[in-house]
Amino acid sequence: MDRRDFIKGTIGGGILAGLAWNFGGYARLLAAPAKAPAAYDLVAVKGGEPDAMFDKAIASLGGIEKFVPKGSKVVVKPNIGWDVLPERAGNTHPQLVKRIIEHCLKAGAKKVSVFDHTCDQWRRTYTNSGIQKAVNDAGGSIVSGDSEGYYQKVSVPKGKRLTEAKVHELLLEADVFINVPILKDHGSSKLTICMKNLMGVVWDRGYWHRNDLHQCIADFASYRKPTLNVVDAYRVMKRNGPRGVSVDDVLLMKSQIVSTDFVAADAAGAKLLGIEPGDIRHIKIATEMKLGRSDLNSLAINRIKL
Amino acid sequence: MGLKRLRSLRIAVAIFFFALIAFLFLDYRDLGSRLFARELLYLQFAPSLLRFLHDAALGATGFVAVLLLTLFVGRVYCSTICPLGTLQDVVGFLRRKFGKGRGYQYSPPRNAIRYVILALTAAFLLAGSGLLLNLLDPFSTFGRIFSNLVRPVVLGVNNLAAIVLEWMGIHVLYRIPWPMIAPLSVGVAIGMLVLVVLMSVKNGRLYCNTVCPVGALLGLVARLSVLRIAVDPDACTRCGRCERVCKAGCIDIRNGTVDFTRCVGCCNCFAACRDDALRFECSWRPSPRPSQPDEDRRSFIRNSMMWLIGIPAIAGQPTKIIQSKPTTIPIPATPPIPPPGAISIAHFTSKCTACHLCVSICPSNVLVPSLFEYGLSGMMQPRMNYHAGYCNYDCMACLKVCPSGAILPMSAEKKKLTQLGVAKFIKENCVVYTDNTDCGACSEHCPTKAVKMVPYPNPANKPLVIPEVTEDYCVGCGACEYACPTRPYRAIYVEGNPIHETAEMPVEEKLDHKIDYREDFPF
Repeated sequence: MDRRDFIKGTIGGGILAGLAWNFGGYARLLAAPAKAPAAYDLVAVKGGEPDAMFDKAIASLGGIEKFVPKGSKVVVKPNIGWDVLPERAGNTHPQLVKRIIEHCLKAGAKKVSVFDHTCDQWRRTYTNSGIQKAVNDAGGSIVSGDSEGYYQKVSVPKGKRLTEAKVHELLLEADVFINVPILKDHGSSKLTICMKNLMGVVWDRGYWHRNDLHQCIADFASYRKPTLNVVDAYRVMKRNGPRGVSVDDVLLMKSQIVSTDFVAADAAGAKLLGIEPGDIRHIKIATEMKLGRSDLNSLAINRIKL
Repeated sequence: MGLKRLRSLRIAVAIFFFALIAFLFLDYRDLGSRLFARELLYLQFAPSLLRFLHDAALGATGFVAVLLLTLFVGRVYCSTICPLGTLQDVVGFLRRKFGKGRGYQYSPPRNAIRYVILALTAAFLLAGSGLLLNLLDPFSTFGRIFSNLVRPVVLGVNNLAAIVLEWMGIHVLYRIPWPMIAPLSVGVAIGMLVLVVLMSVKNGRLYCNTVCPVGALLGLVARLSVLRIAVDPDACTRCGRCERVCKAGCIDIRNGTVDFTRCVGCCNCFAACRDDALRFECSWRPSPRPSQPDEDRRSFIRNSMMWLIGIPAIAGQPTKIIQSKPTTIPIPATPPIPPPGAISIAHFTSKCTACHLCVSICPSNVLVPSLFEYGLSGMMQPRMNYHAGYCNYDCMACLKVCPSGAILPMSAEKKKLTQLGVAKFIKENCVVYTDNTDCGACSEHCPTKAVKMVPYPNPANKPLVIPEVTEDYCVGCGACEYACPTRPYRAIYVEGNPIHETAEMPVEEKLDHKIDYREDFPF
């Protein structure tokens, strides 16, 4: 009897496991409601190193396991736009990127890929930002975004000016999308944080610039909400953004914002630089499009000081 | 005996130079070839000569070494150091392997053609035009063949392999965007490749001994060589083995003579001779040669040249118009912009041999072969094309490889202040003006903030910002022009400085760095 039960159990378990493996996506969907809702809408940390701040923030959101299922394909999208060294704060802090990948892999992610459609020459930005090394050290996979062939056309149904875009195929294949922008001053969009960082997953940025930049940023935000947003505000470019001219443009703020709501994260980021979220047009439009909440007073915020 | 081993030595040296120079042109992943580019190309005759003519620097005496070498032992340069020579040997190898078994044969010299070409090349140079030298210099021809023909094939193979590997989830390779196609340069490269291959299939080093001005010049020097290859009439059995392996066609076994002005020092004859009848002879006696121009050959070459120059040359890329309102104000004509380190158009065009090494290694694809922007004489010499890319502020790649000194090396600090041109803003083409929406792509990309966004009062009363150029800070890198999204005409462009100038360093006061981390969050 024992043996029969054992065999039955094994076969049944095998079929279930097979189903779960085959229909991983659906299985996750079904599993999702079972999770307890996040206690906090947004976590803000200050006073530590980028990796230590992320450890605290993600712990207070219940750990990365809540966002990264076992066996999932993860895309981490930092800002790697510029050929500048980390102290110039033009790109996301490599230490933060590294820590996020480590968390994902520890939680059982199958693969963690990192890319950006850079502005400056991509091999120089990948190297000089320190991010390529950080990704390799953490066991992630750093991928080029430099060829139009990597981008597939998708439609943006809710878009007003941007109704279609060519998006990097890695993002299209990803189960989990972690958006890791750096908070910066920006000559044209005033600030660049979460939503603006998504410009680096599309091919034709010129179209955005030519067709009402702020509207296009908000339009594309409606295409796919990142699973998680981690705003690097460790070093912050206060002026001459987004490229900066020298280290004199940079403030050491030692802060970080983590949220599943990128509109909220953008609003908090704006506040960190003393700018009202409502003054940034794409935040305003995204709020109106109900892509997230920018009224920080109504959010459950966990404020951590290290 | 020792002389028989010379052939193997020659082949080893030839492979060394050929492989490394080819690698230099094809090293699109920058696997380190650029670290030794200058040293590797030090001996390339024409670039080195041009460099010396202008700088008279010690670092530019590679061609003197070649002259001395030739004076000592003849044109071994052509068989070892010259990559185009080795390319012809590869053709010869394939011909032996797959073609008819027929060997080479003695051919009379075409002195009229080769010396006329040499004289014309020199006359052009003296008159200030490098046109003929650039067209005929074997190193630059080799460079153009590799840069314009072989490199795209290699990129294609890379991209195919990358796609297959990516499909399997492996990202060790990455796809490389195609460089801008330069039809004139591609046409010239194809023409020269066809010419060189045809001539080499016909009779070995016919090109080197008929068309190549470097070959002709070294041939003249070889007349005075200390050591020369000669046939020992007593030992020779007239078997003709040496003549059949002589790709220069310079051994006349019937008369027992070697035309050393055409001998490329390949040493095949030593290896082929079973009677040890060939040897180096110390002698200062020039070999008298009859000059009998061959009209057929002459017209063939003349026609080929005409055809080459007449290649239809339509450059540029198709412009995708992406907005409803096309811009209306055309960009004014501006001088062509040579890369940083070029000093000036005059300096650059007088020294550049259009080998396209800088084009091959430019990671931003901003350097493209020109058409006739520098004039007929400067055809194919590279220029900055800000529709193809922009000069990465901290990149020094091209400054480190130029063998002719057309692009002179400079420090990173100096490069970042070298002003290739200045940005000019055409407000009427700008999105902010035409559409009253924010853009700022130009300012975003500007590494010095010479292009800065300033408040723009507008009819719609929106809080807009519009570009403003501080020309003193501008380095002319072209990032703004590249990024500007308006079509068909951009709203900002770089007007080239015919003589590169020096930009000013932007000065700004320090930010207040005092931040209290115990302070509360502003939300």
